[in-house]
Amino acid sequence: MLKIQGIRKAFGPLQVLKGIDLQVNQGDVVAILGPSGSGKTTLLRCLNFLESADAGTMEFDGESFQLDSISRKEIRALRKKTAFVFQNYNLFLNRTAIQNVMEGLVIARKVPKPQAREIAARALDKVGLSDRYDYYPWQLSGGQQQRVAIARAMATDPEIIYFDEPTSALDPELTGEVLSVMRQLADEGMTMLVVTHEMGFARNVSSQVIFMEDGVIVEQAAAGEFFSHPGQERTKAFLANLGDGQYGA
Amino acid sequence: MSDGRLWSLFADSFWKILLPGLTMTIPLTVIAFSLALVIAVCVALVQFANVRVFKQLARFYIWVFRGTPLLVQLFVVFYGLPNVGVLIEPFPAAVLVFSLNEGAYCAESIRAALEAVPVGQMEAGYCAGMTYLQIIRRIILPQAMRTAFPPLSNSLIAMVKDTSLAANITVTEMFMVTQRIVARTYEPLLLYIEVGLIYLLFSTLLTGLQRMGEKRLSTHTKKGGE
Repeated sequence: MLKIQGIRKAFGPLQVLKGIDLQVNQGDVVAILGPSGSGKTTLLRCLNFLESADAGTMEFDGESFQLDSISRKEIRALRKKTAFVFQNYNLFLNRTAIQNVMEGLVIARKVPKPQAREIAARALDKVGLSDRYDYYPWQLSGGQQQRVAIARAMATDPEIIYFDEPTSALDPELTGEVLSVMRQLADEGMTMLVVTHEMGFARNVSSQVIFMEDGVIVEQAAAGEFFSHPGQERTKAFLANLGDGQYGA
Repeated sequence: MSDGRLWSLFADSFWKILLPGLTMTIPLTVIAFSLALVIAVCVALVQFANVRVFKQLARFYIWVFRGTPLLVQLFVVFYGLPNVGVLIEPFPAAVLVFSLNEGAYCAESIRAALEAVPVGQMEAGYCAGMTYLQIIRRIILPQAMRTAFPPLSNSLIAMVKDTSLAANITVTEMFMVTQRIVARTYEPLLLYIEVGLIYLLFSTLLTGLQRMGEKRLSTHTKKGGE
């Protein structure tokens, strides 16, 4: 469904992505792990064109694109087929929860308002916020805001959802509510690419794990395989450094 | 002069001064400020969006109108332009100058407010599939206008007072009417204090309106609503 080849990205003299190849099949839940500064977030942002890659090709649904010369129109068409969940939620601050979910439907996809409202309500119900439709972002906790953001992402029925460290800004107590919503999405067969530090999620929910460091993919394996028989020395060291507590959830 | 005569002069002239306030000062302010806002939003947006040639034009416009005295601008338009065959009536000339002058200041308030909107708002809009203009109109500008509201109110209050300068290009607003009464009665202290009080009254009303406006606009921020 999504195939990436040779993504490169530099910020000035700093090479952040040094040629990444990646394939995601429909229904896959791929977790991207790695230490800070390894380029995980930049990779995700390049996939949705929030950063422009210096080189690389993308194949999405059988269509090919050159990442360094893709047109604005193609970018917008691709963005309409995908969704993005940010680390700090980025809900529209001047819109209520339900308006946040409706915005992409009504404005970008021209769904009639009453119908969009129904879809939005269903999405919010699904993430457990049926009593918070008309709350503004500042009236919601971090976990609730992130669940609105996930509702906003899934309401447009995307082919893939990118998650950029969706729980990193949350208290441990609030992390659980967001992770359980994500697990539910995964169970329903949503294709997801998740940059995360949650080992429990990577281990128990994802089907594939990618381990990145210094702008390259060090190891890619099925989740079970990755945690039980890591192939690379660097991966073993990374896993050994994690406290046992983080394997829960 | 007796206190009684002073008091009746004060009372008589109050309505004489207030009337041009209602028929000239306020319409001049309302019309010119509305136009100034339109100019300011456009000038701020072309800078925010980095539209090449327009951005330079915008900087030039702000440079000229912030850098020269309002009074000089009024004189150039009203007394100067007839030299090149452009005759403008006093009131429209005042509207033109006040809106252009105020637009330059308001543009900077709005530009600052646009830049203060977190960059994530734009990114979230893109990820929702919206176009740049859709995001500006529905997400960025509404948030920026809330931030810009206090400085814009400041500009509005300043403008009410600055309209007194229009007396210099024969607009019969409050200050000119006061000057005429002074010329007849020789009571400058009383009458100039009186017109000052009426300006103060207008500013106070506007400050009240500002507070109400801020409350209404702030439903989506922590400070207001609830």
